[in-house]
Amino acid sequence: MNWLYDFSILTQSIHESLSRNFVPGTVVLIEMILAGVAFMILFALLGLVLVYAERKVSAFFQQRLGPMRVGKWGTAQTLADVIKLLMKEPLMNKNADKFLFNLAPYIIMISAFMAMAALPFAKGLQALDFDVGLLYISAVSSLGVIGILLAGWSSDNKYSLIGALRSGAQIISYELSVGLSLLTIVVLTGSLQLSVIVESQADGWWIFRGHIPAVIAFIIFLIASTAETNRGPFDLAEAESELTAGFHTEYSGMKFAFFFLAEFANMFIVSALGATVFLGGWMPFHIGGWEAFNNIMDYIPPIVWFFGKVSFMIFMMMWFRWTFPRLRIDQLLTLEWKYLLPVNLMNILVMAFLVLMGWHF
Amino acid sequence: MKSIINYFKEIFWGLKSLVKGMAVTGHYITHPKEIITQQYPENKATLKMFERFRGEVVLLHDENNEHKCTGCTACEVACPNGSIEIIPKRVEVDGRKVKAIDQFVYHLQMCTMCGLCIPACPTDAIVMANTFEHAVFDRSKLTKILNKPGSKIMDGIK
Repeated sequence: MNWLYDFSILTQSIHESLSRNFVPGTVVLIEMILAGVAFMILFALLGLVLVYAERKVSAFFQQRLGPMRVGKWGTAQTLADVIKLLMKEPLMNKNADKFLFNLAPYIIMISAFMAMAALPFAKGLQALDFDVGLLYISAVSSLGVIGILLAGWSSDNKYSLIGALRSGAQIISYELSVGLSLLTIVVLTGSLQLSVIVESQADGWWIFRGHIPAVIAFIIFLIASTAETNRGPFDLAEAESELTAGFHTEYSGMKFAFFFLAEFANMFIVSALGATVFLGGWMPFHIGGWEAFNNIMDYIPPIVWFFGKVSFMIFMMMWFRWTFPRLRIDQLLTLEWKYLLPVNLMNILVMAFLVLMGWHF
Repeated sequence: MKSIINYFKEIFWGLKSLVKGMAVTGHYITHPKEIITQQYPENKATLKMFERFRGEVVLLHDENNEHKCTGCTACEVACPNGSIEIIPKRVEVDGRKVKAIDQFVYHLQMCTMCGLCIPACPTDAIVMANTFEHAVFDRSKLTKILNKPGSKIMDGIK
């Protein structure tokens, strides 16, 4: 069971056994295919689990029971939904731009896949470890908005177009807050490499070690990342009460399912990013100097820590979604430009001062 | 200076109200006993309908097969959509002819369960029962005659 604590043992043994049988070029190809398949399986599992979790959690927040009929406690409900979506007819508007209409769901899915590749899931379990990993993730995760804009533009539907343009305005504004709140922690770590950020939290997570500025940055990150994934009180792009379903009004069947999956995948990505930067990623809960306590915490495998933290973040986002009413577009922009951004800029200055004076733990 | 203080005050009050809202939903998710959804066909045996639930109009009969309806048609007048039809008859009591009901016809398919007939009744003869599952395969089954065969009016009700 050693590999559960350090996945590099597993990946090394796979690499060695492949190297014995194939030439180096083929080894790289096979490893890339293996990683791709692993991500696809993760993607599908995430879709199944998160859709079920969302429906159940939302039900309990509203004193309902949620899906209960298909399987015990409705656990097979998402499987049944997948079968339904697979059998649906893919409809298209007569005047829709066919090429862009079909392209849009794939752009959104691809941006989610690209972002997920750089996430450190556990010790030694990271497909790509860029030295600018944080920058890379925030860059590719905002590519998804192109898919949303294309979907709205090509649908030949005024509701879709309004939803897509709202989403564009929203993501352009909130991308700033996400970036700046992450930068607040980068000031502490001094590196954009995700594996280094995780390693730097071996004596305690940044949210505890970074004093109040880190907590403020974490709150801002929670708000802004909820907005970036078009969820919760910021779901103006869909706004089912005013725009039917916003940018994916005209989509049906599996193309609709792609948008739906991408929403949950994006939620997972921003939660994982927040967990990595603020809550220590796969790093167990350590307190600097308490050796016995740290050793006990090390017994829990890193992958459990990672997914525990991510589910905490996802739960917070669901809590927001099922508590707060939707913002109007002007309120949305006011919140970003008049509150989050100035507070964020001040916060980053305070954090830089703290680091300069060496006042953090 | 004042505007700066107000700016931070606004942020504080805003955050406080958000936390308050989250406390409400947080209470709901931590108290699964308070869930109000009923698992209907499964809990048929234990299901208890609420007292104020309006299912259908019934004419109350006592153990002697006597009811309190005088046939005054107040309920028929009060009904906004004509679900109640009173067919009267003349019966002889102490040598004089008195109005009484022959048939109290109730069209369940037209009834909106508004309950206006209940307060209209001067003798409190009809009440709203909290029965449910009224679906039938034959429409004529929805037209009900509420007074039981052979029933008569209670003594002393005029």
